[in-house]
Amino acid sequence: MAFLKRSSKATATRAAGVVASFLHVDAAVDAIRALRAKGYRNLVVYTPSPNHEIEEALEHKVSPVRLLTLIGGLTGCTAGFAMTIWMSYDWPLVVGGKAIASLPPYVVIGFELTILMGALSTVAAVALFSLLMGQRGTPFDPRFSDDTIGIFVPTTPDQLGPIEQLLRSAGAVEVRHEAA
Amino acid sequence: MAVVAQPHDAPEGHVINQTHAEVTRDVVATLGPPTRGYVLLLLGAVSLFLIGIATFLVLIKDGLGHAGYNPPVFWSVYITTFVFWVGIGHAGTLISAILFLFRSPWRTAVYRSTEAMTVFAVMTAGLFPIIHIGRQWIFYWLLPYPNERYLWPNFKSPLIWDVFAISTYLTVSTTFLVFGLIPDVAAVRDKVSGWRKSIYSWSSVGWKGTDNQWRHYSRAYLYLAALATPLVLSVHSVVSWDFAVGIVPGWHGTIFAPYFVAGAIYSGIGMVLTLIIPLRRALKIEHMIHSYHFDNLAKLTLLTGSILLYAYAMEYFVAWYSGNTFEQTTFYRRAFGPMWWAGWSMIICNAFVSQLLWFRKIRTNLTSLFVISIFINIGMWFERYVIIVSSLSNDYIPWAWDQMNPTWADWGILLGSFGWFGMWFLLFAKTFPIVAIQEIKEMIPMPRRRGGHG
Repeated sequence: MAFLKRSSKATATRAAGVVASFLHVDAAVDAIRALRAKGYRNLVVYTPSPNHEIEEALEHKVSPVRLLTLIGGLTGCTAGFAMTIWMSYDWPLVVGGKAIASLPPYVVIGFELTILMGALSTVAAVALFSLLMGQRGTPFDPRFSDDTIGIFVPTTPDQLGPIEQLLRSAGAVEVRHEAA
Repeated sequence: MAVVAQPHDAPEGHVINQTHAEVTRDVVATLGPPTRGYVLLLLGAVSLFLIGIATFLVLIKDGLGHAGYNPPVFWSVYITTFVFWVGIGHAGTLISAILFLFRSPWRTAVYRSTEAMTVFAVMTAGLFPIIHIGRQWIFYWLLPYPNERYLWPNFKSPLIWDVFAISTYLTVSTTFLVFGLIPDVAAVRDKVSGWRKSIYSWSSVGWKGTDNQWRHYSRAYLYLAALATPLVLSVHSVVSWDFAVGIVPGWHGTIFAPYFVAGAIYSGIGMVLTLIIPLRRALKIEHMIHSYHFDNLAKLTLLTGSILLYAYAMEYFVAWYSGNTFEQTTFYRRAFGPMWWAGWSMIICNAFVSQLLWFRKIRTNLTSLFVISIFINIGMWFERYVIIVSSLSNDYIPWAWDQMNPTWADWGILLGSFGWFGMWFLLFAKTFPIVAIQEIKEMIPMPRRRGGHG
């Protein structure tokens, strides 16, 4: 489960590091590119809404949520048909010699359960990936949900100075150090 | 309510001339202390709801005899109102999911309120089958659960499909609404203080808006929209099959599914207009929901209203063309029989009133839109009433024909349902952001140091 690693590593302990605030998206993108070029890949970037430029700069892989959506949907579909067919044969009601389990009406149940299980597993996947295994221990500022972009760089104490320098030259409006 | 101010009427009318901070501020302001008007509205809704509760208690005590059920009409106002409320729900999912997939930016300003409307409308609708079955305490017989007699539901029955369709729809639309709320609740959390902060902190489930959270969230939102899109089309199709699978004249038509889906969206947008025209004024969000959005909502109304016009015409044409006496009699009696007033209310309110929306002046005038939306609500309730009651009261043998007259118990429950729905909607509008903060922000370009729009 390689895709689980990134977030669990970031949250294992409350990391020391630098938190920078940006009001300009291009400045934040510059800072992300510069940090990644220097080998800082464990960045946490806070935005008030999803932003494509920042996503591109971070070069994320596609979210694994889709896998759980697929699994949930297929499970629901199978469960819908399995339940209706099994229940029909469990207490057979033969009417006019017609098929005991007749698939066309069961499509409705199969379809509804596909959607139901697909949707619920999608939400469960998000809860798993971004809330439970999420961002506990990373610093937060209330302005990050308003109009400010935040970048948290986990690092060792001796690197605090150079990183602050880098962030300020990229255009950070505020930089603070976060103790472990 | 005159013509809306037109600062945003340019083709790119969805662009909002606000900064991110202003959006948060204005939406959080809608959650402030309730005004007098709001409290009065809420009291009104609760009173209506209490009328419904009182009626329901009498029904539980005495049985469904009060509800005017007499042979041959055993489906009447409760089933009518059930279909009415399910239909209302459809506009919300259309706007929040289908228009999301189609990348229609105008949906952003109105989708939260319509989605809340969906959830509460389906919650309301879900009560009606339970009221209608008469012995509410055994409603769970509808579900497939292991029991000592080894009996299972009949999955070939549209009524069981309906159980699955409605409960799935309620679950998925609630999920979609709550899921969309998470980042917005977090934005509110960071603006309020005291006990409100702790409540919003708890309900924002630790949302920080990190890149990792957005990465999963945006994907999941896309998949939820993709799952909700076929769902919304299926739910009202299944509801229509409650009728179309039965061999009752006036019901047994293949056009029922698309006809019902179009009607559902039409009625839903009617209800959206009825709700948000007063709401935007009460919550002072006129600059976020303005004539551009109403113009688009009105165009959707026009589209679905025209589909209804076509469907009504086809129903009459097919009844005549089929050469089937029973079908022909049913449709003749809808227009000229004892229920002519209901039949014409339906045709005029739905098929003809919506045609006024060809005129741009009417589409962008809020007073006229509000009046039209009331006609839509009335017309769509009558549509279901006509379909259900007129077909049942005059089916095959004239000897068995009889008229149905709604009683106080029918009206009491109908009023109660409006109270129940209104109560939830009003409470929601004061508790949660009724405009999607996060999605509006997504449409506003963030400021850049180097200027321009990258």
